[in-house]
Amino acid sequence: MNPARGSLLGIEHLEAAEILRLLKFARRMNPDKPRPLLKGKRVLLLFYEASTRTRSSFEIAAKSMGAHTVLIQSAGSSIEKGESLLDTGYTVRAVGADIIVIRHPNAGAPYVMAQHLDVPVINAGDGLHEHPSQALLDAYTILRNKKTFKGLQIAIVGDIFHSRVARSACHLLSKFGVKIILCGPPELVPDIATTIAPGVRVTRHIEDALRGTDVVMLLRVQKERLSGMKIDLPEYVARYQMTPARLKMAKKDAIVMHPGPIIRGLELTSEVADGTQARILEEVRNGVPTRMAILARAMGKMR
Amino acid sequence: MTSPGKNRSSLLIKGGHLIDPAARIDAPMDVLLKDGRVAEVAPPNKIKGADEKFDARGLIVAPGFIDLHAHLREPGQTHNETIATGTAAAAAGGFTSVCTMPNTVPVVDSVEWIEWLCQPERGAVVNVFAIAAATRSSKGATLTDFRALHTAGAIAVTDDGKPILEDGIMREALVLGGELNFPVVQHAEDTRMTENCSMHAGARSFRLGLRGMTAAAEASIVERDVQLAMQIPNARLHVAHLSTADALKSVRRGKRAKARVTFEVTPHHFTLTDEDMRDYDSNYKMNPPLRSASDLEAILVALADGTVDAIATDHAPHAAHEKEMEFERAAFGITGLETALALSITRLHREKRIPLARIVELFTAGPARCFDLRGRGSLVRGSVADVTVFDPKKKWTFDAAKSRSKSKNTPFDGWQLTGKVVATIVGGKIVYSA
Ligand SMILES: [Zn+2]
Repeated sequence: MNPARGSLLGIEHLEAAEILRLLKFARRMNPDKPRPLLKGKRVLLLFYEASTRTRSSFEIAAKSMGAHTVLIQSAGSSIEKGESLLDTGYTVRAVGADIIVIRHPNAGAPYVMAQHLDVPVINAGDGLHEHPSQALLDAYTILRNKKTFKGLQIAIVGDIFHSRVARSACHLLSKFGVKIILCGPPELVPDIATTIAPGVRVTRHIEDALRGTDVVMLLRVQKERLSGMKIDLPEYVARYQMTPARLKMAKKDAIVMHPGPIIRGLELTSEVADGTQARILEEVRNGVPTRMAILARAMGKMR
Repeated sequence: MTSPGKNRSSLLIKGGHLIDPAARIDAPMDVLLKDGRVAEVAPPNKIKGADEKFDARGLIVAPGFIDLHAHLREPGQTHNETIATGTAAAAAGGFTSVCTMPNTVPVVDSVEWIEWLCQPERGAVVNVFAIAAATRSSKGATLTDFRALHTAGAIAVTDDGKPILEDGIMREALVLGGELNFPVVQHAEDTRMTENCSMHAGARSFRLGLRGMTAAAEASIVERDVQLAMQIPNARLHVAHLSTADALKSVRRGKRAKARVTFEVTPHHFTLTDEDMRDYDSNYKMNPPLRSASDLEAILVALADGTVDAIATDHAPHAAHEKEMEFERAAFGITGLETALALSITRLHREKRIPLARIVELFTAGPARCFDLRGRGSLVRGSVADVTVFDPKKKWTFDAAKSRSKSKNTPFDGWQLTGKVVATIVGGKIVYSA
């Protein structure tokens, strides 16, 4: 079965025109001025993985459009008792879900849902694969700050291999011709990463990544993931941590982004996190209108 | 082994084109089967008088196909397959003999289970040869009783599904196997390098966010095993489902050095690459995984130049509930018995121009040699009356729903293929006809 219309499983197969339509519609969305586009609809939030910002952002977006939301988390639910992904899907469909928003630790889990259910499925992050709503809100943030994608260069620094945010961002920005530089040690940024989309380059040197860059996207470095590798934390900090001095190597008006949660003193210093170039909280704010657009599209209300 | 019993009356296969690579025959020939044996092979219309006749005009007559690698799932996993359903699928695919893998529940690691597998109650419609576990419960720690298993009729040992990982245990297995002339079948995967992996490591796995199995995880084990086989007198190593160009290099080196190394490749590994999987379809998930285009090319070369010993299916049936789930959690394996010949003819013969005789060899004389299946793999007079008759030109569409296997987990559903089995004859008896 093909995914239901309005599903958002990833950025990779989304056309550039559709992305622009979503972003344009998102600009018209304002959570403080509710529009009842989803009045009476049921949005099921199926979270197999803990999440603060994505979950609350989808919840607020849905509610501000008049939808009911039901949150199902793996802990304390039938999922914990060993119910299969599809059985959970059939169950939430049977209780009357109109949209399923799913966050899952396994890549492709939203596809499995979408192939078996006749309701739109929204991927809220699947394993190492994609995080399309994050990429869209990041694009929204970039456009607000830079007006256009034309001629832009972005440096994405950190654990690319384990990052669904990075994969979705690469797909999205590449469709608009943005030059993408991935930066980090080979264990976190394998050379194969350049194959993900046109215009993607890999560098091991932070200076190389920052020179001429308009957008610096930092990714959280997960200590537990470094431990098995040949790199240690102090070395990572020494080579890749974003400091005010390093940030000066980027364009004067460069902005700093981070999908969060941030770890001060690791991938960035407090000066950078709280500095004038940081857009980290703006990203969080932009998440709501972006997700309103995603949900409206799911119900065919993006007009 | 277990056999479905032989036919006392005589059967004349008339008017066909016989391809018997072991006997170097590739010509129109009639074949007379009698008392479960090949009684006579002669040019057309020379053999007279038979109880029954089979009209093979326009068809290829070949020795019965042998599959060195099938998971029939008994004992213990009958929701996926049984010996009865698995061998019915084998018959439909032209296989007259199937070697069944021991990674069942419980693991076939004892004489009792070998005997159980061979009981007529299992309902086998083709010959079943049991491969026994190489280590107890296939845990990789202590060797099973090779001598007793050999005597009970096991034809090889393996821990398939898993590798025999420890250097010391693999060495011991090859030493003991060598003394008994017992092939040790290796599932070559350094599982220390493939934890949580669900497909081949490459551009595709990176894009899909799936952890990938590197070619090195296979090649390093094959290289070690070939080295051991070169050192240990009489050791017999058989590499199961070889899938990478690097592993192939090691095997070629071993063969050049006259070590007793054989190997099989599967139809899916010479047909598909890692790029062919769409949208996390777990019918593309198997172990070893679909590899890169350059691995596939290397395998095609080895198929054509005579290096590959056998085509084996690695038929691995799984019920829908073991497959329709998160890709990373879904079971490894696809069915393969009913599509093996057609994929071989379609990909190897029609597209790659590999002669039919070579393909027949890979299903008959080749596998018979790997595991010393005496009297099989050829139709010289006196051989077992196992025969496969197929139409190399017949176009058909594979419909997984109609498969005789209990499970339908295949990426080839709906594929248009060329080459179809017309009849499968075991012990002189027709057990399948289209
Ligand atoms: Zn195996």
